[in-house]
Amino acid sequence: MALLTVSGSPHVQSNQTTKKIMWTVIIALLPALLVSIYYFGLDALMVTFTSVVFCVGFEWLIQKFILKTKTTIGDGSAIITGILLAFNLPANIPLWIVGIGALVAIGVAKMSYGGLGKNPFNPALVGRVFLFISFPSKVAMSEWPLPKPLFCSSVSDALTGPTPLLAMKNGQAVDLWNMFIGATGGSLGEVSAIALIIGGLIMLFRKVITWHIPVSFLTTAGVFALILWLINPNEFIHPAYQLLAGGMMLGAIFMATDMVTSPVTYKGQLLFGFGCGVLTIIFRSFGPMPEGVSFAILIMNAVTPLIDKAFKPKPFGY
Amino acid sequence: MKTFNKGGVHPQENKLSNDSAIEVFPLPKQAVVFVSQHLGAPSTLVVQKGDKVKVGQLIAKAEQFICANTHSPYSGTVTKIDLAADFTGYKKLAVYIDVEGDEWMEGIDTSNDIIRDIKLDSAQIIDKIKEMGIVGLGGAAFPTHIKYMLPQGKKADYLIINAVECEPYLTSDYRLMKEKAEESLIGIEILKKTLNVDKAFVGIEANKPDAIEHFTQLSKNYKGIDIVPLKTKYPQGAEKQLIYALTKRQVPSGKLPIEVGCVVNNIGTAQAVYNAVQKNMPLVQNILTLTGKNVKQRKNLLVRVGTPLQSVIDYCGGLPEDTGKIISGGPMMGKAISDLSAPTVKTTSALLLMSKKESSRKEETNCLRCGKCVKVCPMGLEPIKIAQLAENRLWEDTEKAYAMDCIECGSCHFTCPAGRPLLDLMRVSKNHIGDLRRQRAQR
Repeated sequence: MALLTVSGSPHVQSNQTTKKIMWTVIIALLPALLVSIYYFGLDALMVTFTSVVFCVGFEWLIQKFILKTKTTIGDGSAIITGILLAFNLPANIPLWIVGIGALVAIGVAKMSYGGLGKNPFNPALVGRVFLFISFPSKVAMSEWPLPKPLFCSSVSDALTGPTPLLAMKNGQAVDLWNMFIGATGGSLGEVSAIALIIGGLIMLFRKVITWHIPVSFLTTAGVFALILWLINPNEFIHPAYQLLAGGMMLGAIFMATDMVTSPVTYKGQLLFGFGCGVLTIIFRSFGPMPEGVSFAILIMNAVTPLIDKAFKPKPFGY
Repeated sequence: MKTFNKGGVHPQENKLSNDSAIEVFPLPKQAVVFVSQHLGAPSTLVVQKGDKVKVGQLIAKAEQFICANTHSPYSGTVTKIDLAADFTGYKKLAVYIDVEGDEWMEGIDTSNDIIRDIKLDSAQIIDKIKEMGIVGLGGAAFPTHIKYMLPQGKKADYLIINAVECEPYLTSDYRLMKEKAEESLIGIEILKKTLNVDKAFVGIEANKPDAIEHFTQLSKNYKGIDIVPLKTKYPQGAEKQLIYALTKRQVPSGKLPIEVGCVVNNIGTAQAVYNAVQKNMPLVQNILTLTGKNVKQRKNLLVRVGTPLQSVIDYCGGLPEDTGKIISGGPMMGKAISDLSAPTVKTTSALLLMSKKESSRKEETNCLRCGKCVKVCPMGLEPIKIAQLAENRLWEDTEKAYAMDCIECGSCHFTCPAGRPLLDLMRVSKNHIGDLRRQRAQR
C-alpha cells in the first residue's frame, strides 16, 4: 500500500489561491485596457505590454541573480504591477521611460522588501510617482494625448491636450458623459470610469476585494468635494467631475484595494478609504497639481500598520 | 437563525453517508483495548494475562480525580498486556483480547426496550456515569462525570447538548438522532436532572432538517428541552461558539462553560448516559462513520471499542486505490492516521478516506495580507500576526496576541489563499507558550 500522508488539521482548504486572486485582478483590468486601446490605439497596448514585460523580467532577474530564490513570476502579481503602472502613464510616453518605471516599481518598491506581500507601498504607484518627479515633461500631469477612437485615423496624429482636471482648473468645459465612458484625455488606463467599475464588480463578485475601500474612498471624496463646491462653486470643481476625473476610479477600485498595502479589517479599510478620499481632494483642490490620488494612496499605505493596530479585532471572551 | 458572533467558514458539507442506517459491525477475532481512553490521569489496570473477561467487565479503574473507567467490549481471554500503537503511532498500554462469543456481564440490559422512568437521584447518576466509564464523545474524551460535579459556588442554568455536527462528512450524530432519538432525549432528561436545571438546549445545524423535525416532535413529550436550529456555518459546534449561539453568553478566556452557567455535552454522550443509567451499560461501543468521496460503501457502523481500523475499512470495500490520507474524525479538526493496525477508541466517530488530490495542501506563497484569516477567526484573533510572530520565534509576543485562545478549528488555515500553515504555526506557538508558563510557575 502507498504511504499515507500525515499532517496537522485542517485537511481541506478553500479553492481560493494566490494565483486565482491575481488572475482575477488581471481579468478585471481588461475592460479598461480594451477601452484605452480603443481610444489611444496601439500605443496604449505597446506601453502596457512593455511595462508588463519589464516588470515580470525584473522580478525574474532579481530573484534569479540577487535573491537566488525560486521565481514567483507565475503568481501573476508582477503582471498586475505592470498593467497598473502602464495605466498610470500617458499612451505617448517613450518606452524606455516605462522600463525605468518598471525597475523602480519591482526593484525598489517590491523586491527590496522581500517580494509579494512584503511591500508597504503599492509598487505601481511608487513607479509612477518616481517617473512623475523624474521626467515631468514626459509624465506631466497636464498635457496628455487626447483620445482618438481606433481606426478613425492613425494614432501618431493624436493631438495632446489638457486632462479634464486641468481643463476645469483653467475654467474650460468638459463633458461628463465622455469622462464616464473614457473619451477624454488622461493616462491610458484611468480614463473610462465605466470600464473600471465593471472591473471592480468582477473583483467584488469573485470576492477578491470587498466594497469597503472603494465605497468609503469615493463617498468621502464626493462629500468633501461637494462641501467645497457648495462653499465656492467658482473656485472648486463639481463633485461629479471630481469622481470621474483623473485617477479617482482607477485609484479607488484597483490601487487602494491592493490587499498587501491596505488594512486587514473592515473598519480599518473604511478609515483607509476615508483618508484616501480626504487627501485626494485636499491635494487636488489646494495643491499645485491637478492630480492627487497617487500621493493620497501612498500616504495611507504608510499609515496602514497603525490602522491595523488601532482596529485589531476584540478577542472572544475578554 | 441563531449562530455565533465572529467569523466562520463554509467548507463543502459532503454528508455522503447520511442515508446509510446504522449497521452493527461484526465482532473481530482479536481486539486491542487501550487501558486509558480519556483526557486526564491514567486508569489502573485490574485484569491480568490469562483472565477470562465478559462484555462490560471492568478492565481498568479510575483511581484519580480526572480519570475514567475502561470496560472490556468483548468476552474472551486476555492474551497479553503490552504497549500498542494508537493511530498516530504513539505507544500506550493496552489489553489484548482473543474474542470468544459475546457474553455480557449480568445486570446489563442489552434489549431494545426503552426505559423512560429515571429512578436514580443526582448523586447516584453521577456515580453511575463514572462507573460506566462515560467520556465526552464529541472528541475530547473528557470524563463526563467531572462536568456534573460542579465547583463550589457555581450553579448551572442550562444544559447544552451539542448535536450540531458541523464537521463536513460526519454523519454519526445525525444517524443517532434519526434512529435513537428517544434514548438520546431520555439521556438529556437524565443530565438535566443531574444538574438540577429546568432548561436544556439542543443545538442542531440547519442542514439536518429532518433530524430537527423528528427531535422537535419527540421533545414535546419532555418538559424544558428546546430544539434549536442553528445556521450551517463552521465551527458552529465549537463549545464556546455553541454556548454563544444558544445563550448569547461569552465564556471568558481560559474559563470553563460553568463560568457562564452552562454545561455542554455531545448528543452521543447523552445517549451513552442513557445506556449507562437506564440499561447499566458501560461505554463499550460507539457509532462510527466510514466515508470519503471514493469509498464504495459508505456506512454508519456500531463498532465495539478496540476494533482494528483496517477491518472496518475492509468491511466497507477496502482502501480506494488513490487514498492519500486517512483521518480519524472530520476534515477540519480530525487527526491524520499513520497506522491502520491501531484499534478504535471510545471517541473514534469517523474514518475519512481522502484521495491524494483532495488531501494535498495547496501551493504556499507569501502572505498577501488579504485579512481573510482575521475575518473568519471565530475567536476574534489575528492568525496573520500570530503566524508572523511564530515564524520569528517570538513566543512571548504570540502569547500577548492571544494565541492560547485559539480553539484550533482550522478556519484560518482553511481559508488562506496563500496556503500558509497558519494552524501549524498556532500549535507551535501554543506549545512554546505552555513551556514558558511552566517555567514561570517554577520560578
